[in-house]
Amino acid sequence: MYHIISIKEVSKEEIDDILDRAAVIDQGLFDTEVLKGKILANLFFEPSTRTQMSFVSAMLRLGGKVINLGSVEASSVAKGETLADTIRVVSGYADAIVLRHPKEGAARFASELSDVPVINAGDGAGQHPSQTLLDLFTIRQSMPLEDIHVGFLGDLRYGRTAHSLVSALSRYGARIHTITPGGLELPPSLTHDLIEEGTEIIVHEHLEDIIADLDVLYVTRIQRERFPDPGAYASIASSYRVTPEVLEPVSDRFILMHPLPRVDEIDQRVDALPCARYFKQSRNGVPVRMAMLQKVLS
Amino acid sequence: MKGKPEEGLLISPIQDGTVIDHITAGEGLSVLRILGITGRTTEEVSVATNVASKQMGKKDIVKIENRELLKEEVDRISLVAPRASINIIREFRVIQKIGVEIPTEIIGVIRCPNPDCISNANEPIQSSFLCQRKGYRCRYCDTMIVREIAAYII
Repeated sequence: MYHIISIKEVSKEEIDDILDRAAVIDQGLFDTEVLKGKILANLFFEPSTRTQMSFVSAMLRLGGKVINLGSVEASSVAKGETLADTIRVVSGYADAIVLRHPKEGAARFASELSDVPVINAGDGAGQHPSQTLLDLFTIRQSMPLEDIHVGFLGDLRYGRTAHSLVSALSRYGARIHTITPGGLELPPSLTHDLIEEGTEIIVHEHLEDIIADLDVLYVTRIQRERFPDPGAYASIASSYRVTPEVLEPVSDRFILMHPLPRVDEIDQRVDALPCARYFKQSRNGVPVRMAMLQKVLS
Repeated sequence: MKGKPEEGLLISPIQDGTVIDHITAGEGLSVLRILGITGRTTEEVSVATNVASKQMGKKDIVKIENRELLKEEVDRISLVAPRASINIIREFRVIQKIGVEIPTEIIGVIRCPNPDCISNANEPIQSSFLCQRKGYRCRYCDTMIVREIAAYII
């Protein structure tokens, strides 16, 4: 049984395989009945718009059907049911489970109990491998993944999309540049892994110091709730804002990415620039998740 | 004023059971916690702490009467006392001497320090840590414990 829990456990060959499949699907070349008769259970214990809808869209496009947990408040979870019991029950109803849960490691725990494949759609501040695959896919549409310079701006402590992407990019020999407020740096366990793997991580104080050398800038939201003082948040947020002026020195192949939703971290004037890829990135969620579903269900 | 007690009184021989020697000084009580020996269990236990040692300077010794430790229990001791040696005693004689080996995974012994880890939730789950060169990594949330491991013993 093939679960997708953490990008660290997906080999480079498997990543390339999923991205190749997604590229074919993205050209409209796929069997619309390949998953006919299959049922996907979407278990979202936390709110989600893009991830949840794109998994539904992906399943429907391949001819499958989707069942949902619905709102947590209206489900048996509100009555105190454990995740373990929910998974044991739902794995009897569906052919695969997509799980988003607030607790870190929830998807791994679910995979230990489930009779059907589990795809992690985000577990607290932990892993979010489907987002990583669509991020890689977006980069690969513009340039090869090997040996690129990728900057990460914003909250790298709690931003799970950044964690998974940094891990994956390190396997392609990327050099990682971080620009982050104090206290929101990459978690020590991840830094430890990256250094062990020989990945170069370069810490910068200001985006201006490195922007001209980057191939990709990946921006994440700095969450207001991480700062007890609203004044401190406002000051940090304004100094980590991407504007057309900041992007003036970028190279020709440079692309700007964001997992969305964004708040203030990218100026809306940037949207019209050719380097802005965040909406395309979001749309890429469907072909990539189609490729993932095909992989776990076939 | 009383004189210093004889060492023999402090660490008397046992007839049957286990003697754990060469425990890192100060970690004797942590060893008991790892083995699940508390004031409420029935084993007859002696602990000597900060005993002079040629090899280690100071060490702790734990003696447990009428209980022979299993290999899996012995290896858990490596968490706090990687140099410990275990002597299985029958009829006052050492019948087996075992060194501790660091296991690849430690299940149900240490609590994950991350409050948001699923292993700390109200679920039927046991904590699980992978033993790596630089420390212990939670199997579920990847949190690393690199020091003061004894503080996380369940």
